[in-house]
Amino acid sequence: MSASAPPTKTRLDQQDERIINATDGLRGALGSTVSRVRSGDLGAIPVIAGTVVIFVVFQILNQFFLSPANLSNLLTECAALGVIALGIVVVLLVAQIDLSVGSMSGVASAILGVGLTQAGYPLWLTVLIAIAVGAVVGLIYGASFNYIRMPSFVITLAGLLILLGLQLKILGPNGSINIPFTSPIVEFMQNSYIPRTAAYVLAGVVAGAYLFSQVRRRQRRIKHDLSSASVLSIGLKTAAALVVLEFATWYLNKDRGISAPFVWFVVLVVIMNIMLTRTRWGRSVFAVGGNAEAARRSGINVNRVYISVFMLCSVLAAVGGLMVAGRLATASISSGVGDTNLNAIAAAVIGGTSLFGGRGSAYSALLGIIVIAGIASGLTLLSLDASVRFMITGAVLFIAVAVDSLTRRSRQAHGKA
Amino acid sequence: MTDDDTSPTTTGRSASPLLSLRGINKTFGAVRALSGVDLDVYGGEVVALLGDNGAGKSTLVKVLAGVHPADAGTITFKGAIANISTPADAKALGIATIFQDLALCDNLDVVGNLFLGRETGGFFLSEEQMEEEAWGLLRQLSAKIPSVRIPIASLSGGQRQTVAIARALIGEPAIVMLDEPTAALGVQQTQEVLNMIDRLRSRGHGVVLITHNMADVMSVADRAVVIRLGRNNGDFHMATTTHADIVAAITGAVTVEAAATGVDLEGISV
Ligand SMILES: Nc1ncnc2c1ncn2[C@@H]1O[C@H](COP(=O)(O)OP(=O)(O)OP(=O)(O)O)[C@@H](O)[C@H]1O
Ligand SMILES: [Mg+2]
Repeated sequence: MSASAPPTKTRLDQQDERIINATDGLRGALGSTVSRVRSGDLGAIPVIAGTVVIFVVFQILNQFFLSPANLSNLLTECAALGVIALGIVVVLLVAQIDLSVGSMSGVASAILGVGLTQAGYPLWLTVLIAIAVGAVVGLIYGASFNYIRMPSFVITLAGLLILLGLQLKILGPNGSINIPFTSPIVEFMQNSYIPRTAAYVLAGVVAGAYLFSQVRRRQRRIKHDLSSASVLSIGLKTAAALVVLEFATWYLNKDRGISAPFVWFVVLVVIMNIMLTRTRWGRSVFAVGGNAEAARRSGINVNRVYISVFMLCSVLAAVGGLMVAGRLATASISSGVGDTNLNAIAAAVIGGTSLFGGRGSAYSALLGIIVIAGIASGLTLLSLDASVRFMITGAVLFIAVAVDSLTRRSRQAHGKA
Repeated sequence: MTDDDTSPTTTGRSASPLLSLRGINKTFGAVRALSGVDLDVYGGEVVALLGDNGAGKSTLVKVLAGVHPADAGTITFKGAIANISTPADAKALGIATIFQDLALCDNLDVVGNLFLGRETGGFFLSEEQMEEEAWGLLRQLSAKIPSVRIPIASLSGGQRQTVAIARALIGEPAIVMLDEPTAALGVQQTQEVLNMIDRLRSRGHGVVLITHNMADVMSVADRAVVIRLGRNNGDFHMATTTHADIVAAITGAVTVEAAATGVDLEGISV
């Protein structure tokens, strides 16, 4: 284990003779994926397969479904609810739930409507107030959970009603406030698209960033005498990512292009993913979700983790509410009620975040919301109404939870629970 | 690995105790798990904590680990009164614990568990450095673990135990407490753990070892403290004690009061 290891020596992590496929290179990566799937760790495979099936079926039923115009619109529709679902993902990771995200988003849109019109506040101030209210609500949830030991679904169910009342109170007797179309937030949510050329450049930059992070990772692993992905496999993956991204950009650019709200949502997902996988905070979120007592015994301040998670969820719900209000250019008593809650939770679960805590990823908000928005869009194209949409979304959620429960059982059977 | 093959006497032991407990009480509802328990741990010494099932050994360890604070009693660490009310307090003092139930997070990988609560790196974790250190530690324990990047849940019982032991060795703790560390281990791994305990002693750490295996006790411990029904029932120097004396104290054939005039029994002297 000397510092300067000759390159021929077996890497630190490959010295056990039972390791069948070396993790270097493409075949290693493929082999370990197969064995993961066999033992019940399906990752994103069910949701990607399901998405493909749903999208193909809708395309067969209606030729317009996969058109650039519809896809471009679909991705824009995703953004607001996706941000709310991102908060749900984090709460689910610590094995808790927030049932009040819909009402929280409604309160935020009410604050935006009243703040911009009746109170005449500048945009930044109303946004700040809405986010601060979200933070306070999350703080109260976290504190009630930590110190009164109430189950989170009851806390947030009570919160749902209280926030609904607050939303009605803020909106006043009118019940509906129009937000001026000149407001930057409406402009951003309704009409902002990435300029066509910039979109191609952006796609290239994303692929470049991926390449950079993979190369850096490879260098770090070699420096620490660990096995690493081969240059070839990094190159192939980057090339594949580049082709897919540039193609998607080209396709969407045939219509209005990639909308700014969608890019904003994806940026939030990527930041959240980095926070969850690369920081101390993220590690403690997973630890608390996996075994809260073990996390406590290793010196993690578990209460602080719960509070941060509830606050993050409520703040993201507020941000999502602001986005919804901007998109509709209105704040009303119906903002955030109805299926907002359930769709956000369904998106997180459909995307592959476990209801049992400790398993999942920020990307499940992105994947899940695309499925839900895809179903909504496809059924609208088929001129089927809300009744069918509810039933189909419910069925998809049912399947997603069934997959989650079955993989959990399979993990237990493989001694991996 | 026979770097320190001196017989288990108190050659390297510190002059005053690193850790000293007096009159520790702990009740769970109607169960009095510990009443008036005293314990001294010196640097460079291995103390075996013995007793039957339910005697209160794990409870005592958990009091020291800050898992559940004592109801009464004083804890002195390096000569100063210490207040251990949270696991973070114990960690700050340098008391590391291998719990009987291991306390691992099944969904995290080996590296994640080893460094949980003490990750290296700045704002971003340095995964590669942790992984390298993890392999070093596991090699030291002759761990048979194929990969440190698989979830703990997919390891065997003994492999999980090795991970729990390796975790306690990170960060040079002053005192290491092991609650039945070898219960699930194979022959070679058990020997490595005993060797490791030996090395910890020769480096001046205090070690508290809980085990039901008398052979391990005889081979590695300097002193044996017996707990019976939540009370002290003897403090034996291994050099001057027989197996039978200790067993008698564990089973209650001899109690502290009855043996107060006995020859082998040493009162706790500070
Ligand atoms: N969390 C708890 N709640 C209630 N009672 C407990 C708790 N932990 C321990 N006890 C009780 O305290 C007593 C001592 O338990 P402890 O786990 O310390 O025993 P032990 O000496 O470690 O036994 P073993 O050799 O079986 O591990 C037992 O009677 C047990 O029932
Ligand atoms: Mg025990």
